[in-house]
Amino acid sequence: MGNVLHIVVCAGTVPDPLQTLEPITGPNGPGVKNEMMLPAVLDPWAASALYEAANLAARNPGSKVWLVSLGPKAKLQQVMMTVAQKVSFELVPIDGPLGGFTDAHATAAVLAEAIAALPGLDLERLLLFGGWESATRGAGVTLQLIGERLGIIDQFQGVDQIDFREDGSFEVLERVEGGKHQASVCMGTPAVLGWATGNLAEPRNNPQTGMANMRTIMPALQRAKPAPLPANGLRYISVALPKQQRTTRVEKDMTPDAIARELVEWIGAE
Amino acid sequence: MSNGTNMKEVGATEPIERMTMEVDIACAGFGPAMGGFLTTLTRAWNENPTDPAFESKTAPGMPLQVLCYERADDLSASVSGVVTRARGIRASFPELNPAEIPMAVEVQKERVLYLLDPVGASRRSFTLRAADAVLRGLGRALGIQDHAFELPWTPGFLHKQGGLVLSIGQFNQWVGAQLMASGLVQIWPGTPVSQPLIAGKAVSGVRLADQGVDKQGAPADGFMPGMDVQARLTVVGDGPVGAVGRAIDERLGLPEGHARREWALGMKMVIELPEDSELEPGTVWHTFGFPEPEIFGFLYVHPDRLASVGIFVPSWLGDPSRTAYRYLQHYIQHPALWRHLKDGKLRSWGAKSLDESGRVGEPFLSGDGFARIGEGSGSTNMLTGSGVDEAWTTGVQLGEAVIELLRAGKPFSKESLAATYETRRRASWVERGAREAQNARNGFHGGIVKGMIGMALAGLTGGRFSLRAKTPPPQKHGASPIAGLDPTKLATLAQAALAGGRPLHDALLSARGWPEIELDGRLLVTQQDALLIGGKVQASPGFADHVTFPDTQLCAACIQKTCISMCSGQAIKLGADGLPAFEREKCVHCGACLWNCIQTEQGPRAHIDFRAGAGGLHSAEN
Repeated sequence: MGNVLHIVVCAGTVPDPLQTLEPITGPNGPGVKNEMMLPAVLDPWAASALYEAANLAARNPGSKVWLVSLGPKAKLQQVMMTVAQKVSFELVPIDGPLGGFTDAHATAAVLAEAIAALPGLDLERLLLFGGWESATRGAGVTLQLIGERLGIIDQFQGVDQIDFREDGSFEVLERVEGGKHQASVCMGTPAVLGWATGNLAEPRNNPQTGMANMRTIMPALQRAKPAPLPANGLRYISVALPKQQRTTRVEKDMTPDAIARELVEWIGAE
Repeated sequence: MSNGTNMKEVGATEPIERMTMEVDIACAGFGPAMGGFLTTLTRAWNENPTDPAFESKTAPGMPLQVLCYERADDLSASVSGVVTRARGIRASFPELNPAEIPMAVEVQKERVLYLLDPVGASRRSFTLRAADAVLRGLGRALGIQDHAFELPWTPGFLHKQGGLVLSIGQFNQWVGAQLMASGLVQIWPGTPVSQPLIAGKAVSGVRLADQGVDKQGAPADGFMPGMDVQARLTVVGDGPVGAVGRAIDERLGLPEGHARREWALGMKMVIELPEDSELEPGTVWHTFGFPEPEIFGFLYVHPDRLASVGIFVPSWLGDPSRTAYRYLQHYIQHPALWRHLKDGKLRSWGAKSLDESGRVGEPFLSGDGFARIGEGSGSTNMLTGSGVDEAWTTGVQLGEAVIELLRAGKPFSKESLAATYETRRRASWVERGAREAQNARNGFHGGIVKGMIGMALAGLTGGRFSLRAKTPPPQKHGASPIAGLDPTKLATLAQAALAGGRPLHDALLSARGWPEIELDGRLLVTQQDALLIGGKVQASPGFADHVTFPDTQLCAACIQKTCISMCSGQAIKLGADGLPAFEREKCVHCGACLWNCIQTEQGPRAHIDFRAGAGGLHSAEN
């Protein structure tokens, strides 16, 4: 393994999925009620991408990971106090609005511009990582648009695994129908990879990693430039949460078969 | 800061290599007290960024290394909707605009209500029943409405006029954001501190909790030993049930004549009020009398049609079947409250232990290498029912003391901390209030009427007069036999409850005449649903169980098992083997099990090991 990689992970912040979310329509369009006061986390899909990036960088000495994130500076700061303890990266914060209802083209333009301006970034070594989906709204196009703006042709979505070879080529496993993966071999970087869940567990909180990251994260946050996103004529006709039916019970001793049977009955009752 | 490794013995035979890190100041717990401490420190630092006092001694050439570790997964995951005079908070933020803090508003209108029992199941003494009958008889003349009597006059010591209604979760988040934006200190959530590093009577830092361990704490997949953070000063602000503070107390004991004998469990809901609600933001109600005479309650109205509604179940509620969640459900359905809450929606829920010993439970405030601030330092004023402002102010006092010592180039020794921090605290309004309050609640051990008289006596005389009482240790408060039921019926109830998976205390309340709760799926929900839709309770993988029962024989012999009835999250349940079984995934870290265990090994130490753990509440509205 001797590939020096420049991995840029695009990841937004989203409200902690445990929170009760309520869509509202404000003067600037749709949003989530009280979103600024809700605790936030790194978008879970993109978080998988970040952990995979760090793992890949660790296995390829000399590689580097940037985390490019667009959102309110206060939310980025809050989220970084947890994420920074997980893996090593350099944060590139962009002070912008909360995600979820912004125009994907405008978002992609801002992110692509920020990535292209990264000091020391070698576009030929670039792997652009992000989430295949988003916990806020699954537009699913922002990452591709960034790739196109950066001139990256090789793009993969629903990625669960990447394996590099000695010659710099790599094999990618993408999710396809039927619970199977499609294996593709790419001749080399640059490439765009939209990650599904990957195969790595969430890393433990490591205080030393956090301390090391903070040396660059806090100054970067203080320097973060505002990036208002134009709506580009985007208009939402309606916004609604997916239909939910909640029946909560905590069971610890049921067998998987029994749980499955009950779930089938529950779904069938709908 | 400097790093290294350190070989430590864990247990008798197993050496574990731990990473070490040296910092200047290590802080355990982030709450209002730590907010006050770090705000004071960073403000002085920001005003004088080149002051050599703020250079690190452990990492020469670097700025002062100040790290704060918080157990909860987020700084906003605290639990308390409070009303506070905000005297200390406003002193730190003279230009404070409540509108900047979500859910904050100035106090507009206060009421004190005595709630009569419309159900008829409340455990009322003959005296109280007689008084209730008189009140009901004079109902129209006294203006009794919805089974509630509004006190025409309330003593000044109870007033919070000019103060603030706050969500502590949001307040902590607001303070924390400013601190982190300063870039001068680091606050790490999701990082439990397992213990202080103590040698003799000196504290030299903290040890973080091990990760990648099994339920018993043995190394498992991805084992990562907790780091030893060596510090010149350890600031202990981890609350009344925090692992660091309790470990220091166990090593040093409490000052002579001091004891922690009074506790309460505060449990509350944040409720979205119906659209036609007439309750104005800033409305504050204090209640007593229902659901039990010993249970005090509150209703605070935040902006945006949100209200914090809750109760305090005290340790001196002499009943081993005491519980909080069911009582809270009965409380919100009292006609005086229900008229405003009906058609509301549960948004959040949570619970925490309150150290109600006040100054009587004050530990050693400082020593070589450490200082105690906040509720765990006995700062809560039990006369005024105020803790947040006092906690904040103790943090400010320590902040000022640390700045003084840094500038003087003095060590953080017992003597220098006593001369700076303790001197400031003793000369402050916090101390004066604590002294006035220290005997104010003695009377409650003789009943609610005697308790109210004692409180009024102390409050109206500035603490010069109070009732005397011999306060038993908390483990004895709930040890009385289960009253009102013969043993045969009790045994039948216990068996039925066990077979049906229903908590015994729930069955006992029903047997006493409390009506079953008719769930509506919006505000009246099961306790399990409250964990998920209100508290959003979660436990991170890779940590050990933080509640353990060292001697199962003691648990087997315990009939009352108050640890189960008072567990806020139903995280302790009766297992099939008849022993309490802990489920970390449901624990909100309230610590009630710690002071509700009536089995003691020796002295006041409960037979429950309550350690530092990650996870718990994820609600930001508490």
